[in-house]
Amino acid sequence: MKYLGLIWSNLKRKKLRTALTVLSIFVALLLFGFLFAIKEAFTAGVRIADADRLIVRHKVSLIQTLPVSYEQRLANVPGVAAVTHMTWFGGIYQEPKNFFANMPAQPEKIFDLYPEYTLPPEATALWAKTKNGAVIGRTLADRFQWKVGDRVPLTSPIWGEPEGATAWEFEICGIFDTIKKGADTSMFYFRYDYFDEARPRGKGEVGWYTVRVQNANEAAAVAAKIDEEFANSPFETKAEPEGAFAAGFAQQVGDIGSIMIAVTSAVFFTILLVAGNTMSQSVRERTEELGVLKAVGFPNGLILVLVLAESCVIAMLGGFLGLGLAWALLQAGNPVPALLPVLYVPNQALITGAVLVLLLGIVAGAMPAITAMRLRTAEALRRNG
Amino acid sequence: MNWFTQVFAIAAFNLRSLPQRKGAALSAAVGIAGVAAVLVGVLAIAQGFRHAMTKSGSPDTAIVLRSGADSEMTSNLSRDDARLISDAPGVARGSSGPLSSAELFVIIDLPKRSTGTSANVPLRGVGAAAFDVRGDITMVQGRRFELGKNEVIVGAGAARAFSGLDAGQSIKIGVNTWNIVGTFTAGGGLAESEIWTDAAVLQPAYHRPEGYQSVYAKLTSADTYDSFKDALTTNPQLKVKVSRLSDHYAEQSTLTSGFITTIGVFIASMMALGALFGALNTMYSAVSTRTNEIATLRALGFGSGPVVISVLTESLALALVGGLLGAGLAYLAFDGYQAATMNFQTFSQVTFAFSVTAPLVLTAVIGASILGIIGGLLPAIRAARLPIASALRESA
Repeated sequence: MKYLGLIWSNLKRKKLRTALTVLSIFVALLLFGFLFAIKEAFTAGVRIADADRLIVRHKVSLIQTLPVSYEQRLANVPGVAAVTHMTWFGGIYQEPKNFFANMPAQPEKIFDLYPEYTLPPEATALWAKTKNGAVIGRTLADRFQWKVGDRVPLTSPIWGEPEGATAWEFEICGIFDTIKKGADTSMFYFRYDYFDEARPRGKGEVGWYTVRVQNANEAAAVAAKIDEEFANSPFETKAEPEGAFAAGFAQQVGDIGSIMIAVTSAVFFTILLVAGNTMSQSVRERTEELGVLKAVGFPNGLILVLVLAESCVIAMLGGFLGLGLAWALLQAGNPVPALLPVLYVPNQALITGAVLVLLLGIVAGAMPAITAMRLRTAEALRRNG
Repeated sequence: MNWFTQVFAIAAFNLRSLPQRKGAALSAAVGIAGVAAVLVGVLAIAQGFRHAMTKSGSPDTAIVLRSGADSEMTSNLSRDDARLISDAPGVARGSSGPLSSAELFVIIDLPKRSTGTSANVPLRGVGAAAFDVRGDITMVQGRRFELGKNEVIVGAGAARAFSGLDAGQSIKIGVNTWNIVGTFTAGGGLAESEIWTDAAVLQPAYHRPEGYQSVYAKLTSADTYDSFKDALTTNPQLKVKVSRLSDHYAEQSTLTSGFITTIGVFIASMMALGALFGALNTMYSAVSTRTNEIATLRALGFGSGPVVISVLTESLALALVGGLLGAGLAYLAFDGYQAATMNFQTFSQVTFAFSVTAPLVLTAVIGASILGIIGGLLPAIRAARLPIASALRESA
């Protein structure tokens, strides 16, 4: 501990350089945090998917609808524990840029199929009584400052508006939260019975089914059985585990996603390289001083530790601040709720980032320090910068 | 010695001494090269996407959707609507009637060549006049589909990005099998991402016997657009939204290209900050290792202006080298790269080529120069303000 003073004075010697180095590491790790948050946003659906849930949709594509009568037939397929359905409503609130997912659902079943979402009991009761009622996720409620009792008008180019009305008007009955980190709470669910009664076209059509299997190990077998059940009908299905469905969806973004990630990683390592080089440079410039320390009797190991401590302090100061700020900013609010509804820095990224920062400190300090230690004392003393 | 000679003398002297400070100079240049490469790369993606989306929209072509629809995907029009639109004033006429095409736009699942995972490929049912309405469709292989048959033609981009779409093959959609009879280009435009067939054949296959989603119409001239639009929007039998095709395409690309640009500019500006700190560090240490030299020059009678300019020259030179290097690398790596991504507004895949254009490279090089100037300015001022006597005494 008595050497803290020495380390501190070394850091203060070129304040500006130390500050600039800290700042560039700070920027690099800030970027690293955001990068992982974006990556998580694309893959969270896969990670949090339930192994015992299947998504059943029209075989040709997700936009094709299935008949509502499949609900009963699906429930009868051996191995199926529960079934519900949803439909893409495509409702627009005021203007298209206010995009959020809104779907008619079955109030008595949806939270049974999705137990990771919790709706207060009084909201459940209110929703059961209110024909045009809707329940919304927490992040959506925060985004538009909606609360229970608010009336929200939506227009739906896909389905049209109810007879004689210019918009669908929904009344918010409750706000649901999630108990699973990373689960999306930006959805807007309203009652299917109301939707089907009021929609001017496409009555009896639903978008896709969510099925819970009795045993997660048999999910693939049940999916195959479902597809078999509807084979050669006018509405053939494609049943797949929720994870595969989410992965397929994320894949659609394709090359662009991976290129963005590659580019950002390149950026990250370039900044670290430049910062590391500066740190090494500042140790190299002091070879002479390290010689003096050796001459007055400092053992090699201690010198190495002193140098490493200095470079690690710089790296950690910048790195931890960067990671922390990335975390705090996304914790405080999501800047792109319409595009990436779930955006946060995952713990795994914080740990990886911290390890990288330490490695940077060690590598940047160790290389010049080891070179300096290998020099004979007399030679180091003669060296200038 | 006059002022200019001084500037040249010191600047040349600085630049010649650069090799002695290889490490620091290189790291500054690499940092700046990174900024330039990222900026060019990301903007090239956005540019390529926009290009593919907006290329084919000519101002004398209009698209009609149901009012309130934000894309073809969410629109729907009846057969009567389509007929009323085709008969509206301003629509050009060919030998076989009005140059308008009522179309059906659906998506089908096909595996991507690169990953093997399935993606939403747009399948468009068009009217007989569609080729004349678009004007830029060229068959590069095979022939056009015959009306009334289960035949499709495939855009060159789609054929490249998805498996099983070569001419001669067939695709099975639901219970129907469609033969691929040709491949077409559309001047690099959006249609190249699509598969086309006869709307009349697609309608029953998709259980939409009476329905269309859009009507494309060639107008007699770009100027008749307003009267065409007024005629449709004031017609009480219709509830439609009319747009010029060029405006429609531009609007359809905003979400995805906006997303790419926002993230890209964000990454590039982070990178720029990081590189700026690197450049500042390099130039400060360049100044501090030369404290003696600079003081000597000042003692010999060189003014502070030339000293400032010489430091700036050095950092600008590093930045330019870095900027050109980065932009060049990005050009080699990205230009012409074929990619496909989801356009969220139509929920379907768009194939496009990254395009590194001259203005992009210029933007990057200018950006790099600005970094160089900022990175050099503060250290330059410090160099000029060095007190001569004490600096001379200091050992570097």
